[in-house]
Amino acid sequence: MKILVLISNVPDTTTKIRFTGDNKAFDATGVQWIINPWDELALTRAMELKEAGGVEKITVANVGAKITESTLRKALAVGADDAVRIDAEPLDAYFVATQLAEVAKDYDLILAGIEASDYNGVGVGGMLAEMMGINSVSAVSGIDLENGELKIHRDIDGGSQVLTVPVPLVAIVQKGIAIDPRIPAMRGIMMARKKPLNVVPPVDAEARTEFLSYELPAPKAACKMVDEDNAKELIRLLHEEAKVL
Amino acid sequence: MSVLVYTENWGGKFKKLSYEIVSFATGIAKAMGSSVTALSIGHVADEELKSLGKYGANKVLNVQDDRFESLDNKALADAVTKAAENEGAKVVIFAHNNEGKAIAPRVSVKLNAGLVSGVMGLPVSVDPFVVRKKVFTGKAFANIQIKTDVKVITFAQNSYEVTENPTDVAIEAFDPQIADNEFNTVIKDTHLITGKVLLTDAEIVVSGGRGMKGPENWGGLEELGELLGAGMACSRPVSDEDWRSHEEHVGQTGKIIAPNLYMAFGISGAIQHLGGVSSSKFIVAINKDPEAPIFEASDYGIVGDAFKVIPQLIEAVKEMKANK
Repeated sequence: MKILVLISNVPDTTTKIRFTGDNKAFDATGVQWIINPWDELALTRAMELKEAGGVEKITVANVGAKITESTLRKALAVGADDAVRIDAEPLDAYFVATQLAEVAKDYDLILAGIEASDYNGVGVGGMLAEMMGINSVSAVSGIDLENGELKIHRDIDGGSQVLTVPVPLVAIVQKGIAIDPRIPAMRGIMMARKKPLNVVPPVDAEARTEFLSYELPAPKAACKMVDEDNAKELIRLLHEEAKVL
Repeated sequence: MSVLVYTENWGGKFKKLSYEIVSFATGIAKAMGSSVTALSIGHVADEELKSLGKYGANKVLNVQDDRFESLDNKALADAVTKAAENEGAKVVIFAHNNEGKAIAPRVSVKLNAGLVSGVMGLPVSVDPFVVRKKVFTGKAFANIQIKTDVKVITFAQNSYEVTENPTDVAIEAFDPQIADNEFNTVIKDTHLITGKVLLTDAEIVVSGGRGMKGPENWGGLEELGELLGAGMACSRPVSDEDWRSHEEHVGQTGKIIAPNLYMAFGISGAIQHLGGVSSSKFIVAINKDPEAPIFEASDYGIVGDAFKVIPQLIEAVKEMKANK
């Protein structure tokens, strides 16, 4: 089985978010870039499956400019066998999925994170599956490989399910798919330098959505403090002032 | 021309989210001068379907086909697409939940439509079609234009008021004619959580963090939660340590919730945690550390020992209920 893990290059979670040009663009000055947290968990699970046997190759792929190569190298250091970078600015989910559809043809299992932590889109995995005419399962919280067959755990509203779906398959993964993301070890970092990172030109595609402007949330009013020994006052405030009880 | 809204059901019943999303669809339809069609897949009684009319649905397409019970993403997307084409829908709306997130992207490809997920409240404008959503995990908002003729959106729960709009509603049986070979998902086992308030539905959420010191100390929180009819939540370390089930983890990589009241006990408020709860109408924090970042995001706070505070809160809630 060959696994493709889709990688989004996103600002570190603790980044202070700023915008430039009249709030029309994200200010990337000084930003530390990381693997999108869900994609990192997807890669971790792919590695676990490979170590258990039955997976011949793990490829990581992203759509982005050269600056995103350090994120792909990190994924290689974690343990992916090779990487593909499609050389284009990721304009929107439709554009990105169109680019990935070319690369994804050669894989049995395609893993995508449930969300990207930058623009909080959820679309690439499902769009890719539809473009390729293959199955998809979302909210996947576990994947096991038993006798060459995938057993998928999926969260549903108010519960969970175990199911099977034939490959090729796009699994859109979330919390639970792996517990702790793998951190590259020194040996992995050394080896990653020698692993193939293939840069491919983009195909023609147009974005269907456009980010027009951004706003920062209004500053929150000061927190109203209640004394530890008079905690009952909190319930009175929630009841009479906030009116939420 | 119409606005198509996908209304899923839970054991044949709708819930607040269903009425909220139909109200939201009605708001968009009014701005566009079009009608609202709801699509229901599964066994829902006519009376229940008609209840969608109370919030503005003009028509309900009723698909009764057991094959959809496997929630096969490909087949469901085909069915929604057929309904959208049937209705000449210009806007197709899903909830921003597990099912909506799974199907909406596929439908957008089939309808040559642009997709925006997690839309909050009515569009800023309908021509051009510009919607608002949270980005960078709640740290900012973005205004996004969908440039295609047909638009697909997923709607963020609790971002629009349930609004009555009594309308004569027509119930029509609809067969999207999906071939058997389109259904490839086989369910082996289903586990449903019963007897608990679902976190994503809860109006009040009681949540514990590492400051609770251990799973054996949750008794007070559970009692408070039960008295308030609250959903129970926890921070990531608590779920990673298996003190509580991962179903309860709220935060960036867990569940994103937007209750009326979020009560955080012994949670410091790391940015990843706040990303999951910042849409709550009111946030209350109880923490020993006056410098804990959770207080910056909170409306009400107590600097102190959760174990001293919880019994007082339980007593106060009991008194409040007795006086009602």
